Order: sequence, then C-alpha cells, then structure tokens
Amino acid sequence: MGPATATAREQAAVVPVTRLGPDGVLAPGCDPALSSAEALAAFRLMLLTRTYDERAFSLQRQGRLGTFSPVTGQEASVVGSAWALDPTRDWVVPQYRELPAMLRQGHTLEKVLLYQMGNPVGNRMEEGVNVLPIQISLAAQVPHAVGLAWGLRHQGLDACVITYFGDGASSEGDVHEAMNLAGVRRASVIFFLQNNGFAISTPVAKQTATESFALRAAGYGFPGELVDGNDLFAVYEVTRRAVERARAGEGPTLIESRTYRLGPHNTADDPTRYVDPEELRSWQALDPIVRVRAWLRSEGALDDASEVELQAELDGEVARAVAAAEAFPKVRPGQIFEHVYARPPDRVAAQWESVGEAGSA
Amino acid sequence: MAVLNMVEAIRQTLADEMARDGRILLLGQDIGRNGGVFRATDGLQERFGEDRVVDMPLAEAVIVGASVGLAASGLRPVAELQFLGFGSQAFHQIEGQVARMRFRSQGRYGMPLVIRAPFGGNVRTPELHSDAHEAKYVNSPGLKVAMPASAYDARGLLAEAIRDPDPVLFCEPLRGYRRIKDEVPDADYTVPFGQARLVRDGTDVAVIAWSAAVTVAAEAAAQLAADGISCAVLDLRTLVPLDVRALAEVVARTGRAVVVHEAPMTAGFGAEVIATIQEEAFWSLEAPIGRVTAYDTPYPIASVEEHYLPSIERVKHAIRRVAGEV
Repeated sequence: MGPATATAREQAAVVPVTRLGPDGVLAPGCDPALSSAEALAAFRLMLLTRTYDERAFSLQRQGRLGTFSPVTGQEASVVGSAWALDPTRDWVVPQYRELPAMLRQGHTLEKVLLYQMGNPVGNRMEEGVNVLPIQISLAAQVPHAVGLAWGLRHQGLDACVITYFGDGASSEGDVHEAMNLAGVRRASVIFFLQNNGFAISTPVAKQTATESFALRAAGYGFPGELVDGNDLFAVYEVTRRAVERARAGEGPTLIESRTYRLGPHNTADDPTRYVDPEELRSWQALDPIVRVRAWLRSEGALDDASEVELQAELDGEVARAVAAAEAFPKVRPGQIFEHVYARPPDRVAAQWESVGEAGSA
Repeated sequence: MAVLNMVEAIRQTLADEMARDGRILLLGQDIGRNGGVFRATDGLQERFGEDRVVDMPLAEAVIVGASVGLAASGLRPVAELQFLGFGSQAFHQIEGQVARMRFRSQGRYGMPLVIRAPFGGNVRTPELHSDAHEAKYVNSPGLKVAMPASAYDARGLLAEAIRDPDPVLFCEPLRGYRRIKDEVPDADYTVPFGQARLVRDGTDVAVIAWSAAVTVAAEAAAQLAADGISCAVLDLRTLVPLDVRALAEVVARTGRAVVVHEAPMTAGFGAEVIATIQEEAFWSLEAPIGRVTAYDTPYPIASVEEHYLPSIERVKHAIRRVAGEV
C-alpha cells in the first residue's frame, strides 16, 4: 500500500489528500490503499448505506419511520475512516450521521431502524459492539471520546477511538476543550471532522474563517490532515496513518474530511431554500460511490451482472431489517423509566408504579 | 474513632476508596501536586501516582465530559470541580450527558462517577465561588445530589456515592471544610442515600435544612430551646433521592415547619420540600410553612455576605413566626 509522497501543500493541510479521482482513476504513482477484495467490501457497505437512505426516506414519508439524517454523499468519508479501525478493539464515538461506521463495528440495521421508529432499545449497542450511543447534542461526544481513549489506555489496552463531528459542531467549546486535553494527554483519539458544507443551512464560510479546519491541530500540538472526503482510498489512507500513530502512543490526529451533504440535513429539512443548485450539481459529479464503482470495474472486481446481484442482496438485507423492526413489540409506557437509574429513588419508583409496569425491565 | 473536619474526612475517604478499588481515578484542577486548593486531595498523588490523581486543564466541560468516557471505558472517575459555581461551564455535560447516558444507551453505559464540588458562603470568596446551585441540578433525572452537613456524613455519603452505580453530584460546604468537626469512625461504613438524619428531635416546629445550613438551623433550635420552643432539625443529606417519609413524619409530629437554605428563594429546593410536605402532611399542618433563604439576588460582595445568607437570627425569627409567637 505505497501511497504517493504527500505534496508540501497536502502536508500543510491546505490541499486535500486525493488518490482516486472523480473518474475512478488512481492518481499517477499511487498504489490503491485497499486490495480490490477489500475495496469491494467497503463499496458494499457504501452501497448498503445509500440503499438504506433511499428506503428509509420512503418509509419516513409513509409515516413508518421518524426523523432521520441521511448519509448520502458522505459514504466514502464514513466508510473509509471506519475501515481503518479494528472493530474488535477500537471504538467509534458517533454524532448521528455515521450509520456505516456503526454497522462496521457490529451494530445492526434492525436496531438502527428500531430507534428511528421510536423504540429506545435501538440505541443500545450490544456487548462487544464498541460504539457509544448516537449524540444529538452536537460536539458533546467529543470530550467523551478523549476520556474513553484515555481510560482504555489506562487499563493497558492498545485501543484507539475515533469520534465524528461536523463543521458546525466544530464551533462548540467542547471541541476545543477536548482537543486541548487530548494533546496534553496524548490520547489515542482521532478527531474526524466531516466538513459537509453545511450546518443545516449555515454554510462553512459562516462557521469559520479558517482556510482549513485541519490547521487547528497545530494549536493543540498534534498533526492535522485534510483529505478529500469523497475519496475512499484517500480517507482510508489518512485515517490508517492516524490509527497507527494512536496505536504507537503518539497521540491524537485531527482529520478534516472535505465532503458534501448531497441530501437534506434530515427528513424535516428543505435544502432547496438554501443550497445553490449549481454547487449541488458540481458535487453530484463527485459522488463517492461512482468513483469506487468505476475503479472496481476497471480492476475487473465488479461488472453489470455482479452489481445487479449485489443490489438485490442489499435490497433484501434492508427489507429483512425493516420487517424485523416492524415486527418488534411496541414500546411500553414503562420504558420511560427503564435505565434512568440503576437504583431509582423511591419517588421515581412510585411514578413507575403509577404507570403500572414497575419492575418489568 | 477520631475527630475530623470535613476536608479531612473527605480526603481519608478518597484515599480508602482508591486503595479498595483500583478502578477509581481522580481528576480535576490543581488536585495533584498542589493537593487541591482546599487540600482535599493532599498527598493522594504521591501515594497513588500521577495516573490515578490527574491534574486537568482549566476546562470544566472536559473534566466532566472526559469522565463520561472514562466511565464508559470501565473506570470509576471522581472529578473535582474547583467550585460548584463554575459547574455552569459543565452543565451541559452534567445534565445532558452524565445524567442521561445510562438511559440513552438503555443500560449499556452506566455512569458510576462522582462530581465533587465545594460551594457555599461565609468564607469571603470572590464572585461565583460561593453560589449554592444545588437546585439547578436536582431537575436532571438520572443524577443524584448529595449534600453532607457533618464530617461523619461526608465520609459515609462520599463512600456511598463512589460505590453507587449512578452518577452523583457531591456538594461540599466550603465553610464546613475546617469549621465542621465531629467523630468519624476509622472502620469502613457508608451512609445510604435517601435517609434524612434527625439532628435533634422536638415537638413544636420542624426545621429542615441540608449542608452547612444544618449548623445554622441546629444552633437556632438550641437557642430557642432555652426559650421554651422545641424544634426538630432534619438534615436531608441527599436531595435526590429525597427522604419523603422522614419529611412527612417530622411534620406530622410538629405540625409546623421552616425550611432553611443558602440558595436564593425562588425555585430553590425549599419550594420542592414545601410542595412535598403539602402533598404528604397537609392535614397535620397548623401554620403556613416558613422559609429562610438567601435573597433573589446574585451572591453579593463578600463584605456583606452575612446579610445575604440565612443567619441564626433570621432562622429564629421564622421559627417564632411559624410557632405563632410573633
């Protein structure tokens, strides 16, 4: 996996590291960061994510699913970064737009759907799935990731932790406090900032005056990297480097993954109010799925027949998850009280009793 | 058995708990080499090492936020906020994260952590160091709030807080650190949460308080005893869980009650106590319930703080009024 030598401007984190061009052709002198078998597996997860987004959007419009935030356009960014981790020992601390990273770690589509259909049980990761629950209070998860990385290393584990947040969340104070602490403690954490162009409707230019978020790392005493977030190989390569640094005890890395949210913020959002159609078209031409597909085809790892077969398989996988989630027992009012406390105060226990399901957890 | 002040009791408890459980780790500002600005952790870094007694950057949100991650990793962090008044800079992590993580994760990630925070007046501090912010935290389901008033309880409640699988905000009265002294057993013990302490029994008026206000209430009760007014003094010890039964029982005996706290009156925890009494013991009441609190102003400049805090005289006056004497 010998990548081309990074240019000075790439190293300065003002020009994104790019490997796989929009046409699916590797930059001259680059070896692919993933074997074609691995790239095919990553492509499968990217396509599953796109398939899920489309199906979930339609379920939401039919009233069968609550509000959710599609990943569309950011599949290479999320999959490429998660692919660099070892799910058996590394951890993901998500925000809420990182479905495939959670799946890669072992979470299931059925549980994702269950949560989006309004059952809190869906947000419980099973034992062995190294993922914290999704975070709605933007940036609040970033300090958690630092503490988690610190705690795992304190216990002698060589785990590293990746935390996801966006260009909008980067304005929150928690990100500053967390990065500062991570630098001080050389925490084995990767700050993966997905710059997808918007915080709901607020464009990046109104979020920051910096040329590159990755430059901020210098102020915390650790490296920052800027990567083309629509390039699976580049994202994987840059994140892999950060994982190796973390694993070796060399501390944190900030990665700015420059990508674009091709869909709405969530199912309640109307991006036609604020997205420039020209800009959207220009990013649609940079679709991360298109370029991996083109590369896989050029390698002979994918053709029309196998992609039809793959798509049918993914459609089936999503359909089975939807059926399982819809067949799951309905939420009971008693679930309001479950897991609020390990040892509930008497008053809470009495309130629980009053809804008639006490102790049913 | 030894007579300890509150800060000695807290230090001894931290040391004993750390010796008992290797998963415990302390983090906060100035707690390591300096031993804490009030010496609550004095000598602990020397004894347990820099990995277990950790000096943190000056950043409350990440002191608490990192504790969430440490707890998720399987450790039992005990964080110190140098002053509860600065807890507001971590409030979103306490209320939005610590308190809810067990619920959000549906039981996968409990938060067995403690946030220790000194607070309260009468020690001539600058702005925001003295504020009694307990009521801001009791409305955070998932969190427990302990407020010891004696050295014995500081030890017993802190040991309980550290061992409790739920997160606990542990508020330590600044003025009690050195001035409140009582007998503390050497042997291991805990004080269970949700069990109020009857500091003094009486038949005429129940005075309900927590933390350093208990001392004021007890002194007012002692002085009034000489005047023939018999007061019970109930120390709530923990606000969450609240000992509803003890409140109902003491008011059933006296028929009259006064609540004393250092926080401002409006929506202070006294309001919750009074609402609970009217739910549980309304038919025992012989007079409106009184409250003696700080005023609804920001904490004043130190030179006039004794006019702001509930004083023995103000508590005595409220008791006399509730008893029908004035």
